Amino acid sequence: MQFVSGNRLRRLLKALFPLLLLGFVVAVPARAQLTIEIVGGSGSAIPIAVVPFENESNWPLGITGVVAADLTRSGLFRQIEANAVVPRPVRAEDVRGADWRARGADAVVVGSMRSLADGRVEVRFALVDAVKQMQLAAVTYTVTPAQFRATAHRIADVIYEKLTGDAGVFSTRIAYITKQGARYELHVADADGSNPQAVVASNEPLLSPAWSPDGTRIAYVSLENRKPVIYVQSLDTGRRQVLANFRGSNSAPAWSPDGRKLIVTLTKDGGSQLFLINADGTGVQRLLSSTGIDTEASFAPDGQSVLFTSDRGGSPQIYRLRLATNAVERLTFEGSYNVSPRALPDGKGFVFVRREGGRFTICIQDFATRQVQVLTQGPLDESPSVAPNSRLVIYAAQQGGRGILAGVSSDGRVKQRLVSPATNVREPAWGPLPR
Amino acid sequence: MRKLIFGLFAAAVLAGCSSTPTQDAAPVEDRGAGAAGTTTAPAGGATTTGTGTSGVSGTSAGAGGGAAALKDPNNILSQRIVLFDYDSYVVKDEYRALVDAHAKYLQANRGAKVTMQGHTDERGTREYNIALGQRRADAVKKMMLLLGATEMQIETVSFGEEKPRNPASGEAAWADNRRVEIVHAGE
Repeated sequence: MQFVSGNRLRRLLKALFPLLLLGFVVAVPARAQLTIEIVGGSGSAIPIAVVPFENESNWPLGITGVVAADLTRSGLFRQIEANAVVPRPVRAEDVRGADWRARGADAVVVGSMRSLADGRVEVRFALVDAVKQMQLAAVTYTVTPAQFRATAHRIADVIYEKLTGDAGVFSTRIAYITKQGARYELHVADADGSNPQAVVASNEPLLSPAWSPDGTRIAYVSLENRKPVIYVQSLDTGRRQVLANFRGSNSAPAWSPDGRKLIVTLTKDGGSQLFLINADGTGVQRLLSSTGIDTEASFAPDGQSVLFTSDRGGSPQIYRLRLATNAVERLTFEGSYNVSPRALPDGKGFVFVRREGGRFTICIQDFATRQVQVLTQGPLDESPSVAPNSRLVIYAAQQGGRGILAGVSSDGRVKQRLVSPATNVREPAWGPLPR
Repeated sequence: MRKLIFGLFAAAVLAGCSSTPTQDAAPVEDRGAGAAGTTTAPAGGATTTGTGTSGVSGTSAGAGGGAAALKDPNNILSQRIVLFDYDSYVVKDEYRALVDAHAKYLQANRGAKVTMQGHTDERGTREYNIALGQRRADAVKKMMLLLGATEMQIETVSFGEEKPRNPASGEAAWADNRRVEIVHAGE
C-alpha cells in the first residue's frame, strides 16, 4: 500500500475506496485547523510596528498580517499601531526613529511588493531599530502569490532572530495525532496551525510521531495490526515502510541526529528494551540489557548520548546512556515518576513529564546545574516536544475532557493554547528547521 | 478430528472479521491431513474461505481441548480478561483458575496460539504505558509457561492506554481498563 497526500489524493481515494471499508489506512485532507491563542505573555515583550507593505493591498492575501500574527503569537512581541503614520514608510531610510519612538515602538518593519513580468512578485522588507535609527536586516524575495504565507513566515523568522538572538521557528511544521470518534489521523501542519494535512488515517490508534532530522520522513507507531508496529513514512511520496514489526511490541521511535538510525523499544527478547536500528529497518542491535523497563529514547543533539526512561531503580526515572562507553547515569531524583525525556536541541538540558500528587506536569532540567523548573500546571500534561530553537515546548494537555495541544516557552513565561474544534488532539512533534 | 474442527472454526471466525489486517498470523498451524483443502485461509480475512460456521460448532469436541470451549459461556475458557491493581503487574489469585485453564488448553493443543494484550488505564504517558501494559502481558505469559504452555505459543503485546474497555474516566473505569486480554489465534 502507498500513502499519498496532496493532489494525487482524489484519484487514490477512488481506487482505495473498497479498502477503506476494511479499515485500511489512507491519506485524507484534514478538516479542522488548529488556531493558537496566547494565554499568558512575557512581561518584556518587544514593541514592534509592522507597517503594511507598499502595494500589498493589490493581493487578497497579504504578508504583513501574517508576520505580525507570528510575532505576537510568540509572546515576545507587542504590536504598535502603524497605520496612522503618514506618509507610510516603505524603505529603511524612510523610517524616522523619533516618530516611532513617540509611539512606543522599538523596531519598525517596512517593505514593498511589486509584480514581475513572469507573474511572480518581488517582496522587499527591512527591519529598522527605531532607537538607534539603524537598519538591522533587509531581504528581497521573489515568489509566487501561493508562497506569500511561507514568505511571511521567513520574514518573521528574520525579525525574531535579529531581535531575540534565537532562530525563528515560524517556518517549521508540527505533526500531531487527532482522534475523532473511532478515527485516528496523523496530521502535519505549519507551526501556526495552518495548512493541516492528514498523512495517515486509521481506525486503530496512532502514536509517537517522530520527525527525521531533515524533515522528509516521519516515524510513528500504529496499532492497525493488533499490536504496536513502527512505520517510517515519506512526506513527499506518502510511501511508508515497516521499520520494526518484531514479535511483541514495537514502540517509541527516536531518530539519530544524522537521520541514519533510530532507537526503538522492542520486546522481542523479553521486557521493554532499547535497540538501535537502521532507518530502513535493517541491522537491529540491542543497546542495553536491564531487567526493568527501558523506553522513550531521545538522542542528544551531538548523537553521543541518549536520554531514556527506566524503572531499573524501582520507579520510572530518566537516565543518560553514553554511547561510546555504554555508561548509564541517572538524571532525575526528585519524585517517583519522571518520564518522556526530550533533549533540547541546544544541548543544555531536557524537558520531561513529572507526576507529583497525581498531577502530570511538563518540567525542564538543566544538565549543568541539575536544576528543575516546572513549566506547566497539569493536571494531565504529557508528550513534550521542543522547537528547534529550544525556546518553545509544545505538549498535549486535557481541557474539558478533550485532548488539546498547548505551548509554553522554555522559561515558563509564555503560554499558548492550540485550539481545534471538536477533535481530540495529542502527541505533538515539532519538526526541524527548513533547509 | 479435533484439530480439523479447530481449523474450520478458526477459518470461519477469520472470515467474519472484516477489519483483520493483512499481516495477521495464519489462523491454524497443525492441520489434519484431510483439512488441507478447506482451511487454507490466506491472511486478510473477508475474501477467503467458503466454510461457514454451520455444522462446526455442533460437532466440535466439548470438554478440555476443543476450540468450541473457547466460546462456551459455561466454560472458564470463555473468560479472557485478567484485571490488575494500579501500578501493579501481579496476577491476582482470583485469576489463577482462568490462567490455568488457558495454559492447559495450550498444553492440550500444541498448535494453538494466543496473544496476551496488555492494557493500562489512561493515567501516565502513552509511551511509558505501552511498556507497563507489556509487563502485565508478560506476567500472565510467565504464569502460563509455568502451567504448561510453551514459549512459542504465546506472543505478548501491549496497547498501553490506547484501547480502553471502559472509555469513561474515574476509578471504576480505570479498574476495568488495567487488564490483560487473552486472544486466541484467529479470533
